[in-house]
Amino acid sequence: MSSETTDNGLSDGEFSVAKPKQNNILGDKIFRFALTVCAAIILLIVLAMIAVMAQSSWLSLKEFGFGFLVGQVWDPVKGEFGALPFIYGTMVSAILALLIATPISIGVAVFLVEQAPKSLARPMAFLVELLAAIPSVVYGLWAIFVLAPILRVYVQPFLQKTLGFLPFFQGTATGIGMLTGGIILAIMITPIITAVVRDILEAVPVTQREASLALGATKWETTKIVLANASSGIAGAIVLGLGRAIGETMAITMIIGNRPQISASLFDPAYTIASVIANEFTEATGDLYLSALVEMGLILFLVTFIVNGLAKLLILSVARRTA
Amino acid sequence: MIMTTLTAACAFGVVAVLLLVLSYIAYQGITSLTFQFLIETPKPVGEGGGIGNAIVGSLILLGLASLVGIPFGIAVGTYLAEMGDGWFGTIVRFVADTMIGIPSIVFGVFVYALVVLQQGYFSTLAGCVALALIMIPIVTRTTEEMIRLVPKSMREGALALGAPQWRVTKDIVIPAAMTGIATGAMLSVARVLGETAPLLFTAFGSRFYNIYLDEPMASLTVQIYNYAISPFEEWHDKAWAATLVLVTLILLINIIVRFITRKKY
Repeated sequence: MSSETTDNGLSDGEFSVAKPKQNNILGDKIFRFALTVCAAIILLIVLAMIAVMAQSSWLSLKEFGFGFLVGQVWDPVKGEFGALPFIYGTMVSAILALLIATPISIGVAVFLVEQAPKSLARPMAFLVELLAAIPSVVYGLWAIFVLAPILRVYVQPFLQKTLGFLPFFQGTATGIGMLTGGIILAIMITPIITAVVRDILEAVPVTQREASLALGATKWETTKIVLANASSGIAGAIVLGLGRAIGETMAITMIIGNRPQISASLFDPAYTIASVIANEFTEATGDLYLSALVEMGLILFLVTFIVNGLAKLLILSVARRTA
Repeated sequence: MIMTTLTAACAFGVVAVLLLVLSYIAYQGITSLTFQFLIETPKPVGEGGGIGNAIVGSLILLGLASLVGIPFGIAVGTYLAEMGDGWFGTIVRFVADTMIGIPSIVFGVFVYALVVLQQGYFSTLAGCVALALIMIPIVTRTTEEMIRLVPKSMREGALALGAPQWRVTKDIVIPAAMTGIATGAMLSVARVLGETAPLLFTAFGSRFYNIYLDEPMASLTVQIYNYAISPFEEWHDKAWAATLVLVTLILLINIIVRFITRKKY
């Protein structure tokens, strides 16, 4: 940059003012151009991701077409690849995780924002956030050696005894399977949903709470009104959690059993899209096999991109209204 | 009253889960954590071995990824905060935010197709690219937020004194937001330090000390994964000890960041 040499009087917030006008403008132009290029590269990266993955999965896209999404057989030896068991495993484990994590996360957020004294809420919020800092592979390790045995010995026999007439709770209790996967996912997405709901509740103006209290509503009734007004933002938080649950890889790979099957029982092993990529990618022999796995990655990319975009729009809609 | 009890139960329950996980890691990990373990390379079952090369590998992968990811993320974040209010900025912001939620394994698949397939072998370089791609949107987001916190009056003051826009940004705004930007960068490092999935088929893992960019590279997380899914009791102990090292590092970064931001605001 040529303008660099003409002024070097600025340091540590000290100002030397006199600078030739035209050089300033050139400096600004270069600066603006450089930053804009960086920003444009972000868009290029995302486009490149789609292009590269589409190209690498072309073989599979051509061979199976839309049938890939509904095919039930995954047989690398025969060269038959269908994604349905994986899509099923991904969706059911994610929904299970949401069913557990959503009420808990909203509860935590309400407690931290509306009820707990500040001196308690701040350190607690930090601890909840720390849950999100623990790596996925660590949750996987913990799930294998702590969570799975507990489920196998205590929880699953109990469920079988009390709710065993339902198809969800039949079969052998091994501790490894859909249920354990859903629970570990729930633990992992709870801090994410909590953080967003907290932000949204904090954005609701105090006047709204005061108005409700002044009209004689109880504290809990007021909280309900606040929650109702923030409902689209909370929906956004849940969708964001869904996106995370769909894409979680290591922990679920280590605990869900990795068997491509569609079974009503939550005790049975299953398989997710992310898990099959993690497990089989390095072992994929043959171009079609690899291509099918890359197509899995492409599906995961598109689904999470859409889900996250939707979450962002929902959360923004609240931010805009309260601003 | 009932509702308060319920929500409090949720909050304390979640914190209890965190403490349970952490204390179990400490309890299991401490037994096999020796100095030997921290410097040796992995060995066959029954012969000891450690995570020395994995620690070095993680540091190299992280260092190189940060070298690219952090400055680039800061540049994009600066763009979004200082001149990103138009339609182009809105699109970039939306894409960057959405990128944060893309599963890390997808970056692994992308980099595999882009780098590993072309080169024909797993490499440190590929691992670094995957990690850098994950860091960029995180650093972008925090940088933008932090720069937006800098008061308008500071910019106006500098502009009124005749400083050009680029000097205002470089010498006034970014230094003022530096603490925040640095903590955001640290958090992105902590996040990437715990990533396993994008490294499985890029850096792949290795059983030796390595410093070459075109060879596979070990990392703490992949080593933990390999130890954890093995059928050997002894290796499970090693997985716990390695986890203790990893989680301690990550928590330290998070606590330091917390400490810095607390003092500041």
